[in-house]
Amino acid sequence: MSDIKMGEAPDGFEGAGFFATSLDQVVGLARSHSLWPLPFATSCCGIEFMATMGSHYDISRFGSERPSFSPRQADILMVMGTIAKKMGPIVKQVYQQMAEPKWVMAVGACASSGGIFDSYSVLQGIDRIIPVDVYVPGCPPRPEQILDALMELKKMARSETTRRRNEPEYKALLESYNIPVLEG
Amino acid sequence: MAEEVFEAKTTSDALAMNRPVVEDKGYTTLNLGPTHPATHGVFQNILTMDGDTIVHGEQTVGYIHRAFEKIAERRPFYQITTLTDRLNYCSSPINNFGWHMTVEKLLQVDVPKRAEYIRVIMMELARISDHVICNSILGVDTGAYSGFLYVFQEREKIYEIYEEVCGARLTTNMGRIGGMERDLSPTAIAKIKDLVYNSLPKVLAEFEKLFDRNRIFMDRTVNVGGITPERALDYGFTGPNLRAAGVDYDVRVMEPYSSYDDFDFNIPIGHNGDTYDRYLVRNMEMWESIKIIRQAIENLPEGPYYANENHYYLPPKKEVYRSMEALIYHFKIVMGEIDAPVGEVYHAVEGGNGEVGYYLISDGGRTPYRLHFRRPCFIYYQAYPEMCKGLTISDAVAIMSSLNVIAGELDA
Amino acid sequence: MITNQTVVDDLVTQFGTSVTEFEQPYGMLTFTTIPEQIVEILAYLKNHKTLKFNFLTDITGVHFPDVEEKEFCVVYHLHSLENNVRVRIKVYLPEANLHIPTVIPVFVGANWMERETFDFYGIIFDGHPKMERILNMEDMDYHPMRKQYPLEDATRDDKIDALFGR
Repeated sequence: MSDIKMGEAPDGFEGAGFFATSLDQVVGLARSHSLWPLPFATSCCGIEFMATMGSHYDISRFGSERPSFSPRQADILMVMGTIAKKMGPIVKQVYQQMAEPKWVMAVGACASSGGIFDSYSVLQGIDRIIPVDVYVPGCPPRPEQILDALMELKKMARSETTRRRNEPEYKALLESYNIPVLEG
Repeated sequence: MAEEVFEAKTTSDALAMNRPVVEDKGYTTLNLGPTHPATHGVFQNILTMDGDTIVHGEQTVGYIHRAFEKIAERRPFYQITTLTDRLNYCSSPINNFGWHMTVEKLLQVDVPKRAEYIRVIMMELARISDHVICNSILGVDTGAYSGFLYVFQEREKIYEIYEEVCGARLTTNMGRIGGMERDLSPTAIAKIKDLVYNSLPKVLAEFEKLFDRNRIFMDRTVNVGGITPERALDYGFTGPNLRAAGVDYDVRVMEPYSSYDDFDFNIPIGHNGDTYDRYLVRNMEMWESIKIIRQAIENLPEGPYYANENHYYLPPKKEVYRSMEALIYHFKIVMGEIDAPVGEVYHAVEGGNGEVGYYLISDGGRTPYRLHFRRPCFIYYQAYPEMCKGLTISDAVAIMSSLNVIAGELDA
Repeated sequence: MITNQTVVDDLVTQFGTSVTEFEQPYGMLTFTTIPEQIVEILAYLKNHKTLKFNFLTDITGVHFPDVEEKEFCVVYHLHSLENNVRVRIKVYLPEANLHIPTVIPVFVGANWMERETFDFYGIIFDGHPKMERILNMEDMDYHPMRKQYPLEDATRDDKIDALFGR
């Protein structure tokens, strides 16, 4: 009697001894259950991420067991907190260092739009320098909200094709941010 | 980002990599930060290493400079509370009340005892949550994750109390100029009592058992990053970091605000000023905070929880609908149309990391003419390279977390 | 027991006319001095046998664009931990000559506070080992806390009047 829950199988054709489906869906299913975040925590929202990581809310339940501080092994760039103009190039560099597939979550009002800091030194939303997949409102958002955003990202990871970077839309998006597209 | 090694042996190399020029003594330059997981915030330390030993450190800060002081010049007084939340976000209520007390000092308002006691309770809870983060993260950085998981459960309970009192978890915006926004509800009182009498002392005792005499922890922290009291004073240390060096300076005792002189508590001090002492002082302070909260909640005075200061304290909503005067005050306060008296005030409170000061110049307008925050982190973080000198990277990481440098406060 | 009056008497006998404008707003002794004297006064107060102002609480700047010849002000807060007395020292500077000696030799902690003041107001602390911006980016070409500069981020184009019904 184990209470382990199995992921739902994707659509496909089933018969005696075989199951056929598309590779994209299988890979998407696997990916969506193991999204490693890169906590790019600069300020207040980072403290709420600590709560999300802690025992009470426990982000590990959703496959984000290991906060990966190395961009090379991370799947989600979670930008938490105000990004000042001085920090902007570093965010972009970290984003570029991440391997595909990668997603970006802008946690909190500051990362999404600059928040209450409409001032000379604050970047008015990280979507000015890197593309963002999910925005989380709140100042700071509650841990439940951060988890909800993770759910949204899981949906995204599940439905996207395996080789997202080959799509023309994706290439165009990166080009609009002046980020070189890696071939292959 | 992982530590990246830049070897700048020649001048042209160094210039090409935009790194400081290092003479060829076999030194390596190591870049720690600004997104290194052990920096807990965003600081860059360019360390010059002789093998494993740190020879010299050069810090860059300002990565989340948000222009608090400039924003404060454009906001009415009550809206600045929102900014103070985000200074030291680990202990927002202390900053909130510190700001309220500064304005009350300017206006010369007497706050009722009940409000002061409630403030003391909330400020001490904030101190506990601040120290809990610092000490448990010090544990994480020295290789012990379980302490973090234990005490964060208690911190959640403190956040639940905040939610009961003001509705928010982290950026509390608690209280108003002239008192509290609302009274402590019976639920809040029950939760506070449960925390200080039942759950927190148990967990804290367990936490101390995990660390206090832990061989590995002591090896990592004793005699690491020590500072003499003279040097600490010279550098402008305050709070637990100064007390760990053996100077018993605490604003709560020296200049008692908000009825702190009614309570009986001790000021724990260390004598080496090293990482272990800082850890111990913070732990002892949590016990003292529990003591203060117990006294305050037992002797909570009856009476109003806000001062009769209708130019700053919003009238009750019921009256706004019925009385003309209340409606006018409500409008004027919300629109920020109240002129403050002319004056120049400095008010200090004992924050989680030391003396948080508010230097306010009012020219009689609706916004401060100048508001300067004395941010303890900003001032004592200067001493970091000196404290790391001659030690290894792993020690430098432990020192950084024991100093509890909060980026939001440091960069303003 | 040291009172504000003791400090005033001591300072006036020692420094004469270079310390002026003694006030006590909200109980804190405040006085003004000239840039040439500031290091000497801080050192004197720090090493004084009885006053012992051994703690530099804060350094900051203020901009008064309308006061001629006194456009900028550097404010020092000192604290005597033993006597529990605070003083505030002000030094006014004209916009044409924004130079003041550094106080790092007296209090080493003044380093970053002076750099911050330089960053915000452009006040130059002579003798400072690294008079560079600390919080803002190196390539910023103005000192943002001066009153004439706007708070808002100039690159925002979504704050047009039409959106706010103006």
